[in-house]
Amino acid sequence: MKKSVILGVATIAGLAAGAAAAGTVDDVKARGKLNCGVATGVPGFASPDANGEWQGFDVAVCRAVAAAVLDDPSAVEFIPTTGKTRFTALASGEIDMLARNTTWTFSRDVDLKFEFVGINYYDGQGFMVPKALGVSSAKELDGATVCIQTGTTTELNLADFFRINNMSYEPVPIETNAEAQQQYLAGACDVYTTDASGLAATRATFENAGDHVILPEIISKEPLGPLVRHGDHEWGDVVRWTLNALIAAEEMGVTSANIDEMSAGTDNPEVNRLLGSEGTLGEMLGLDATWAQRAIKAGGNYGEVFAKNIGEETPIGLARGLNAQWTDGGLLYSPPFR
Amino acid sequence: MSDVSFVRKEMLPEKAPPASEVGVLGWIRHNLFSSWLNSILTLISLFFIYYVLSNILSWTFESVWNANSLSECREIMMATWGDTHGHACWGVIKDRWLQLLYGFYPPYPAHPDATWSNPPETGSWPAYFRPNLTFVLLLVAIAPVLFPKAPRKLLYVTAAYPFLLPWLMWGGSIWGPLMVAAGFVIGYIAYKLVISAVGSLTALILAIVLPLLWWLFAAGPVAGAINSAIPLGIEPVQSRDFGGFMLAILLGVVAIGVSLPIGIVLALGRQSDLLIVKYLCVGFIEFIRGVPLITLLFVASLLLNLFLPPGTNFDIILRVMIMMTLFSAAYMAEVIRGGLAALPRGQYEGADSLGLNYWQAQRLIIMPQALKISIPGIVSTFIGIFKDTTLVSIIGLFDVIGLTNGIRADTAWNGVYWELFAFIGVLFFVVCFSMSRYSMYLERKLQTGHR
Repeated sequence: MKKSVILGVATIAGLAAGAAAAGTVDDVKARGKLNCGVATGVPGFASPDANGEWQGFDVAVCRAVAAAVLDDPSAVEFIPTTGKTRFTALASGEIDMLARNTTWTFSRDVDLKFEFVGINYYDGQGFMVPKALGVSSAKELDGATVCIQTGTTTELNLADFFRINNMSYEPVPIETNAEAQQQYLAGACDVYTTDASGLAATRATFENAGDHVILPEIISKEPLGPLVRHGDHEWGDVVRWTLNALIAAEEMGVTSANIDEMSAGTDNPEVNRLLGSEGTLGEMLGLDATWAQRAIKAGGNYGEVFAKNIGEETPIGLARGLNAQWTDGGLLYSPPFR
Repeated sequence: MSDVSFVRKEMLPEKAPPASEVGVLGWIRHNLFSSWLNSILTLISLFFIYYVLSNILSWTFESVWNANSLSECREIMMATWGDTHGHACWGVIKDRWLQLLYGFYPPYPAHPDATWSNPPETGSWPAYFRPNLTFVLLLVAIAPVLFPKAPRKLLYVTAAYPFLLPWLMWGGSIWGPLMVAAGFVIGYIAYKLVISAVGSLTALILAIVLPLLWWLFAAGPVAGAINSAIPLGIEPVQSRDFGGFMLAILLGVVAIGVSLPIGIVLALGRQSDLLIVKYLCVGFIEFIRGVPLITLLFVASLLLNLFLPPGTNFDIILRVMIMMTLFSAAYMAEVIRGGLAALPRGQYEGADSLGLNYWQAQRLIIMPQALKISIPGIVSTFIGIFKDTTLVSIIGLFDVIGLTNGIRADTAWNGVYWELFAFIGVLFFVVCFSMSRYSMYLERKLQTGHR
């Protein structure tokens, strides 16, 4: 039985090797499925529901790309990756794109030969403490015991922060976020530090969430975004502009509710160009004219995706903060569709 | 002389032993309170057992079943007991038990949109029919191997099972597995035809090389050709959809079933007089035993990806299966070598003096005894490799442990730990305990009183 599979694999490999030269866009179209790498489970960002359907903020990016390229938001093969396997999976071609709360750093971009196509969530490292500790600023944490995930950038950021502020701390190394929650609640450490979105998600699961506060200081920049392999710029463009389309749609007021009406044509030429009733943007991208329409319809514009998965109405309850449109004082800024 | 007797002449009637020496009381006195030290230990143990049980039982049974999220669980607990501590929230198991058992395997592969709660109207097999059938067939297939009383005809099922299992689980055309099976037939026929003409070694080599050539070059095209003429198959299922406890059983069964024969061959190879064979086996065993399983799994999931040409789609579950099989085969080889080493030299010499050739001697005299000696070790290896299947969660496969992470990532269940792990623990305990009981049964049955 194994031999036959290997055999089949060898045949597929031969076919795939021939097809790989044609570019990822054509590969995806030929396959009829987008292979999208996601996390094995991060609350609000990627998680399978009871029917095995993937939900979440990162997942929505995959669905939007699938909708734009394949006209079907469900034509996605979600491939769960861990922090260790994600880059190999992308580099080896097992996945076409990675949307797994991955921080855009210099070395990942340059040395690992990936291309971050944008930022879908501006995160940063924060601190959570029990209210009973009476601490209101991270600068007052001198001598605290800190629960910290080992082998992450957060560990290095923490050391930097305490060194800069001339404070001492005692690290309590832990392996996973789940373990961290238990340790923190059991009082093994005074402070838990990780990305602010993770802290909010963690705090939301506590029985008495009100007994814990997230300190105002954000000590690092963690721009999270989808990424693709170096070298295939056509594919990179598709993913980049799909993400930009979601962001621009919010800025221009295109929502899943009014998109049908607006795609018939509006007074705003940029909306018309985005939705394909004017100009040839889709053609330039190697897709058809209504690609962005479909991407937006898949889960709504950026704001709708945010509100549905991690926004203030959800248990995770994240405020827009840095992730508001630039017009609202945030950092989201899509280049013009022209 | 007066008639005085100093010796009692009649027997006294037997009296019942004192109540403190027999029955429950006597047993308690002898076993639990025989000395003051024992009495203290007994009391401490009783208190400890009471303490543990009272907590676990109340946690297990004073629990919430009907809830759709952890917060709802907590509300119900507050309303019922006024406290959220010490009560299990089994709602998560009720919500996700199918996922924990089957992963994302589609309940109705032929109807991709149908779900468990929303079955297709007509004309379909029951939900999860294929994995369930595979499991039932597994029990049928191993029955004649495990129990001598089972009808011998079932051995045909056993022989067909290695081809049925991948076909039922992965689906697709039936001709692929059939063509693979044909390879074994080819090897057998070649051996039978040639053995009379040339020596047994040539026949053996031919019986290995011919099927290999068939599998590598002919089986795929032939299966494809037949399939295009007579398409016969079932809906294929992606490896990515495999998960849950089903994945553990699948990996465990394959690793156990394949590693035993490979282990026997390796153990024999290690004792062989043929230099190359010997050192190949020694090198393999020592290398595999020298690296942790998780390293091999990382090789399977990461390094192979980098070595193979880009775009190669070498099935991840197959890669993991191969690695786990090799790993357990190396351990199995050493366990069986221990059994071989325990056999007295006279057994080998006895076999020689009967004029048996090497394979006959192994089959009729050496192996039955060596395997019998090794049963506890073999079963330990089985249980170990079965539990090791949970390591695949580290490379991103959704086995039960990986799924707990996925389930916790759902905002409804974020914060649930013990209920999930207790459920998984029970699943594994049932399987491992059965294996252990079977090995004890087998040891008793094969006891021939050498000791």
